[in-house]
Amino acid sequence: MVKIHERRFVSADPDKCVGCQVCEYICSWNKEKVFNPLKSRIRVVRLNPLVNISITCRLCEDPPCVAACPRDALTQSEENGTILVDEDKCNGCGWCIEACDYGAISLHPDKKVVFVCDLCKDKPDGPQCVKWCPEEALDLVTADVLAQKARITATKKLFQEALKVASPT
Amino acid sequence: MYGYAGRVLHVDLTTGKTRTEPLNEDYAKKYIGGIGLGMRLWLDYSKAGVDPFSPENPLVLATGPTSGSVWPTGGNGHAFVSKSPQSYGIAEAKSHGSFGTELKRAGYDAVVFHGRAEKPVYVWIDDDSVQILDASHLWGKSPAETEDMIKEELGDYYIRVAAIGPAGEKLVRIACIINEKSRAAGRCGLGAVMGSKNLKAIAVRGTKDVMVAKPDEFLEFVKEFHERMKGPATKKYRTLGTPENVLVHNALHCMPTRNYNNAHFEAAEKVSGEYLNERYVAKIIGCSSCAMRCEHVCVVNEGPYKGAMARVEYEPLWAMGPYCGIDRLDAIIKGSELCNYYGIDSISAGVIVGFAMDCFENGILTVKDMDGIEARFGNHEAMVKLIEKIGKREGIGDILAEGVKFAAEKIGKGAEKLAQHIKGVEVTGYDLRCLKTAALGFAVSFRGADHNRHGAYAFDVKGKFNRLTYEKGRAKAVKDIEDVYTVIDSLIICKFSRGTYYKEFEDLAKLYTLVTGWETTPEEMRLKGERINNLARVINVREGLGRKDDTLPWKVMNVPIPDEGPSKGAYVTKEELELMLDDYYEVRGWTKDGIPTPEKLKALGMDDLIPIVEAKIRKA
Repeated sequence: MVKIHERRFVSADPDKCVGCQVCEYICSWNKEKVFNPLKSRIRVVRLNPLVNISITCRLCEDPPCVAACPRDALTQSEENGTILVDEDKCNGCGWCIEACDYGAISLHPDKKVVFVCDLCKDKPDGPQCVKWCPEEALDLVTADVLAQKARITATKKLFQEALKVASPT
Repeated sequence: MYGYAGRVLHVDLTTGKTRTEPLNEDYAKKYIGGIGLGMRLWLDYSKAGVDPFSPENPLVLATGPTSGSVWPTGGNGHAFVSKSPQSYGIAEAKSHGSFGTELKRAGYDAVVFHGRAEKPVYVWIDDDSVQILDASHLWGKSPAETEDMIKEELGDYYIRVAAIGPAGEKLVRIACIINEKSRAAGRCGLGAVMGSKNLKAIAVRGTKDVMVAKPDEFLEFVKEFHERMKGPATKKYRTLGTPENVLVHNALHCMPTRNYNNAHFEAAEKVSGEYLNERYVAKIIGCSSCAMRCEHVCVVNEGPYKGAMARVEYEPLWAMGPYCGIDRLDAIIKGSELCNYYGIDSISAGVIVGFAMDCFENGILTVKDMDGIEARFGNHEAMVKLIEKIGKREGIGDILAEGVKFAAEKIGKGAEKLAQHIKGVEVTGYDLRCLKTAALGFAVSFRGADHNRHGAYAFDVKGKFNRLTYEKGRAKAVKDIEDVYTVIDSLIICKFSRGTYYKEFEDLAKLYTLVTGWETTPEEMRLKGERINNLARVINVREGLGRKDDTLPWKVMNVPIPDEGPSKGAYVTKEELELMLDDYYEVRGWTKDGIPTPEKLKALGMDDLIPIVEAKIRKA
């Protein structure tokens, strides 16, 4: 099994995400050949104009969705940690949806089985939402890189004035 | 059919019956969608001379063929169309966000609301299921409160809602229809029409797929436009936003100030886009499927208006700021928030307050008339209070809620001269005395005073024409850009993205072809634009509007710009206006009275509308 430190997932930077839903459209197009956010593996939440973020699967260690499935329809990929859905076994009962803290798993509107981000495994250039995001708010990252980025952002905020002086322009 | 859902929904609020009919493919091809399709449907389902507040006046909601696709800015718009309680001619207003996408996914290109409900209701469109539900508990609530309550009671947080506020319920003539809490179909008073139907809100959930005819080429084109949108054509919207105009207009002395008493605001720096971005902009967000981002969400962090939050654009900022002589952005943000709360058009609201202040300064309205408010120019507290009164129709607000035209008629004592409107619709932030191409665009705009029907101000501001004079031949430029704008509003795409259509009709035709699969040439696309402008004019002619209504506000034609500087002394003379109109009607192929000729309509494939103009031409 791929180690948790090496597991890369799609994450949105809340400072950059503007809630435009391009990721939803592109996901539904790539996966289902239609434009329909309900068929997207990544979903946008806008709580108010200032709070926007898109959310998808975080590839948890010991994923609760897998544990919750009474029919053993879900497994975690050894190779990259994505959640694999056996559509023959899944009956759409929704235990996994309840188990997921992020709302990353949804019930498919037509097929009545659950679906979840697979990091666009069939695309050589990786997750298409990351590629298309106009704000470059989405990234395919490990938890370690996320932490690094957060530290750098926090430091930049703390030392705004010093950086202004230090920058060559 | 690609791009289109292929269905029109009819909701009869009087009988409670609903039905769907197939979308008329001929209409789709001729009038595209959005305002074009909406106006055509309105014409079909209304009688000449109908009162805007009568149950017989239908309210049309329409999406465009790009709605629900990932087309940048195009995926997300919707338009409302009806008869305006301000102009008594055609009313149309668009809004963006995500509401339109949901309606398309529910499977409708348009919804026609007929009749009037006996008591307050809201319409719940859940794909094929359409229900008319009680809204008595929502009556009196703001659009944002209404949205939250509807989502709660229907138990789905992804439902999209368009609602009116207390102002629409009280038939305030500048009431708007707000979706997703802060996005408004603002102009022409459509919220009052909705209120007259006892229709508080429209809630939509759509789960169907949206398909385009040529998806691979379409996505290539999307990608290209994402790149274009990162370029110079949209830089203004992504950075300072439209408030950048404040200093630009002020430098040219073309920013109407203190109800057109000046064209230059001495305190412009303090209400500039630069000042706003530095101190108040908390986040810039985007609409569904957009690759730009323009929505400058502003928050007040201190002072008497602490906690106020609203999106700020040039027009409302100008109206509640310089137009009222006010130099405080915190008050302007508060004013915008109140407009969203009551559900009124923030441009018209600011212009009405400026008008009331002018009446007060001239002794036409006294402190007593004003319910004790010292409504001097520059008094930000008075501005905020008056907006609240308009929203509630309380005290003086009851008169001001009629809009400047009808309020002036009620007030009398020469107030008419201070009422700056065209066809009953309040002016916007361009001083027409010194922007003469814009003056023509505004005079002939079919929805009354408005910059968004033509964008002709750009020719003046950017120096394509001498903005201080007018010569025959310039109307061609106004007509051409009007024809682009009607296409934009029918597809529906966002006007902020217009600069990314480098090849104009060629790009628009390519988009339409890829979405619908109907091969369309740039010339055919241009004809659609021209046809929609003629359709609007035919409607206005049917409703009794004509040359006499293609005019300019009193001050624009009677009070030369007093400020020392580049625009001093400018105004539009009667002769100039006549020259403009003759020039324009000629280039449009209309009669001297501004009526589209049967030949013109025939050439545009609108033979079925010829009887309307023939009757009027005979009379004239």
